[in-house]
Amino acid sequence: MSDEAAIGTLSRKDFQSDQEVRWCPGCGDYSILAAIQLLLPELGVRPENLVFVSGIGCAARFPYYMNVYGLHGIHGRAPAIATGVALARPDLDVWVIGGDGDMFSIGGNHLIHSLRRNVNLTMLMFNNQIYGLTKGQYSPTSEIGKITKSSPFGSLDTPFNPVSVALGAEATFVARTHDLDRKHMVEVFRRAHEHRGASFVEVYQNCNVFNDGAFSAVTGKEVRPDMLIELHHGEPVRFGANGEHGVILNRFGECEVVEVADVGEDRILVHDEHRTDPTLAFALSRLADRPTVPTPMGVFRDVARPTYEGEVQRQLVTASERQGPGDLAALVGAGATWDVG
Amino acid sequence: MTAKTTFLEPESLDRVVIRFAGDSGDGMQLAGDRFTDVSAAFGNDLATMPNYPAEIRAPAGTIAGVSSFQVHISDHEILTPGDMPNVLVAMNPAALRANITELEPGGTILVNSDAFEQRNLEKAGYQASPLEDGSLTAFRVIQVPMTSITLEATKPLGVKPRDAERSKNFFALGLLSWMYTRPIDATVEWINEKFANREMVQAANLAAFKAGYHFGETAELFEHAYEVAPAQLEPGRYRNVTGNVALAAGLVAASQQSTLPIVYASYPITPASDILHELSRHKNFGVRTLQAEDEIAAVGVAIGAAFAGQLGITATSGPGVDLKAEGVGLAISLELPLVVVDVQRGGPSTGLPTKTEQSDLLLAMFGRHGEAPLPIVAARSPSHCFDAAFEAVRIAVKYRTPVILLTDGYLANGAEPWKLPDVGALPDISVPFATEPNHDGEFWPYLRDPETLARPWAIPGTPGLMHRIGGLEKEDGTGNVNYDPLNHQHMVELRAQKVAGIAKELPPVTVDDPDGASLLVLGWGSTWGSIQQAVREARAAGTPAAHAHLVHLNPFPPNLGEVLARYDRILVPEMNLGQLTKLVRAEFLVDAKTLPKVQGLPFRASEIEAAIQEMSR
Repeated sequence: MSDEAAIGTLSRKDFQSDQEVRWCPGCGDYSILAAIQLLLPELGVRPENLVFVSGIGCAARFPYYMNVYGLHGIHGRAPAIATGVALARPDLDVWVIGGDGDMFSIGGNHLIHSLRRNVNLTMLMFNNQIYGLTKGQYSPTSEIGKITKSSPFGSLDTPFNPVSVALGAEATFVARTHDLDRKHMVEVFRRAHEHRGASFVEVYQNCNVFNDGAFSAVTGKEVRPDMLIELHHGEPVRFGANGEHGVILNRFGECEVVEVADVGEDRILVHDEHRTDPTLAFALSRLADRPTVPTPMGVFRDVARPTYEGEVQRQLVTASERQGPGDLAALVGAGATWDVG
Repeated sequence: MTAKTTFLEPESLDRVVIRFAGDSGDGMQLAGDRFTDVSAAFGNDLATMPNYPAEIRAPAGTIAGVSSFQVHISDHEILTPGDMPNVLVAMNPAALRANITELEPGGTILVNSDAFEQRNLEKAGYQASPLEDGSLTAFRVIQVPMTSITLEATKPLGVKPRDAERSKNFFALGLLSWMYTRPIDATVEWINEKFANREMVQAANLAAFKAGYHFGETAELFEHAYEVAPAQLEPGRYRNVTGNVALAAGLVAASQQSTLPIVYASYPITPASDILHELSRHKNFGVRTLQAEDEIAAVGVAIGAAFAGQLGITATSGPGVDLKAEGVGLAISLELPLVVVDVQRGGPSTGLPTKTEQSDLLLAMFGRHGEAPLPIVAARSPSHCFDAAFEAVRIAVKYRTPVILLTDGYLANGAEPWKLPDVGALPDISVPFATEPNHDGEFWPYLRDPETLARPWAIPGTPGLMHRIGGLEKEDGTGNVNYDPLNHQHMVELRAQKVAGIAKELPPVTVDDPDGASLLVLGWGSTWGSIQQAVREARAAGTPAAHAHLVHLNPFPPNLGEVLARYDRILVPEMNLGQLTKLVRAEFLVDAKTLPKVQGLPFRASEIEAAIQEMSR
């Protein structure tokens, strides 16, 4: 009981470390950090049971600012390291923080495999569509034609759509939010944390030094009503100041933005996060292949599947029941033995 | 050939080296394994050397597709799988051609004469049949139509000829079992059990095995059988064990004695995969195994498990060690326990995936950016892999450092009798986790133990000890990110001192030198058996030679410099171009000479003995 009481008294400060936060002034990372530190006291998790793992990049400095157990790893490997933590200790609450370069370029392999395994990790990917820490090269989410130091004539690479990739990697929870809406972030992070298994959240994050305004066409306060599509489970996908725009599925099963008045309310797609088949979530993710057209925000997919570490644990228990607890002498002397003298 | 002599007494031999060779699809590894197991159970001392192609099914009948299994059995202590086979079983022309140069002069060749037809001869590159052209006169050739007798023996069972032909390895095994008076009950039992679910295969293999045995008994090809009496090994209970299996058992033992559950992550790679196979069977010991998406993930998972307070282990071979380098460097900076097993194989690049080599010593020593020292332990025989694994874990846990454990393809797949350790007598290697703040009510993750220089291991879930660590340079004590020039120098030196300081507690290297020799043969890893055999033979021939063998390659045992200084000449046989030689020359300024061998094969004792004789002149 005393523990629960103690949890109830935790505040934002209990999750702040003594280290000075060193992101550039005006960086979107500050508001994401604030959202997490506001949310954690509400989750009923003690700081010592939280583990934040990161790779390399601006976002990856995140654990240093949190008064929890933190591991600042190497570039791209945070999902693998976090998998080790969760596999060893299913009792811990493990988070992974990384950027678009960390998680989608050098660490792409670990990301997709931790998603398909459904390791119980809350993974936040701060997408600013640029390499910040190395001072401004194009990233795997930069738009084609991006002019940067490493692409003076425009980048040639087709970018990833992170939500589509996560869905394609069999993720059981996929969401998107952005750094200008703290309330939305807190709610999406809360949902991601509640989810048992791997949850992936893309956070549109502004890098005001190297890629300022990359998302303002969608997230800017004035344009939001017509550009940001909030997804709500069980509700028609509508947006616009008066809900005048909507999303339908066309005859190819693709999502399309329409005027509700043109097609009638009955044709508007009703969002269903829980569909076992990811096709609907995928179609929604394809509505916007760049943040300059109406873009969905919120939870795309939230389905239940056994967690990896839970299944590993189950096999251990089954093995112990069947074979009895490990007997080292029996293991060493397995197979045919013979005695001398 | 002489007249029928079935009833003559078997002739006693003190030892025999037999090589089973055939196409990769002929089941030679299986035949060799069975022969080994019954010999082990019979009480012989033995050593084995499997040798198989990297391709799962290289084109049938070609030299590239030849797979072999050499077994050395004896009535006394032996140390190697034997320099030259006394008996070669050749299931086809390619197997004969690939192995004939290694057979001892006057040795026995047992061929499957059915396979010596035109097409197979061509595939093996023979112009004419070596069975008929007189090229084998230096050997005793015994031709047995193994395929046709096997087909004949299995015919009554109604087995399709194609399937029946597959049982010919059991025919060969049966014949060899008769030749060397091996007990047959164990093999019959094994066949019954192994193929219990495939009745037809079971019956065919049994029929072929018995046909082979009876053929030996009744055919007029042999004067008599041979016997190799049990060896007088040290009293105790024994089993036959390969290096990979012993290594896995050593890890499980170390897990129990450190009270740390194993998290073992690895990516499939030859010749290390058997460790994953073995450990994944031992879930009732609380062993968690993960087949990772790649080598880098495997080391990452192990590091995460170590941070969480468990025993993080990964195993691989050379190419995987290259890939894991950055992760190992992270573990050095984090100062967390980690064991990386490198089952060495021929390199560079993909190299010789199924063949042995010792060419990763300098990789283990220096293969990371920055000043990144770590302890290195090397196993010297298949059963010693148990002890070496236990020692690697002990050091990793005590000093909170990654340790590289070196074995190689020869140790991994080679087998020998293992006197079972008394598991009750294994030392306690557990270390306490930090539970309290250690500095004025705060927790400093890099406040070191003054004796070992190990930092405290505070695991998630412990109240009040929350801390952040990473790969950035950190301030001594607090562990906070720190770029101060002098702090960096201090930390680099501290990490080096921590590893160097392990030497204080290492056992001194012992020297086997009964005659007060002036020549020392220095070795490490799997060359132990060949070197020991070579110095014994040199001594028997009147040339004194000493033998010292290293299990700890970094740091070296504390007395190594003093030992090396005692000898005029130092010979270092290595399955590389001189990697240990470079290290001891650099460390001790001694004029050590390398005997290199990089053929994907272990040393023959005779090769080392010749070098000893040469150097002693």
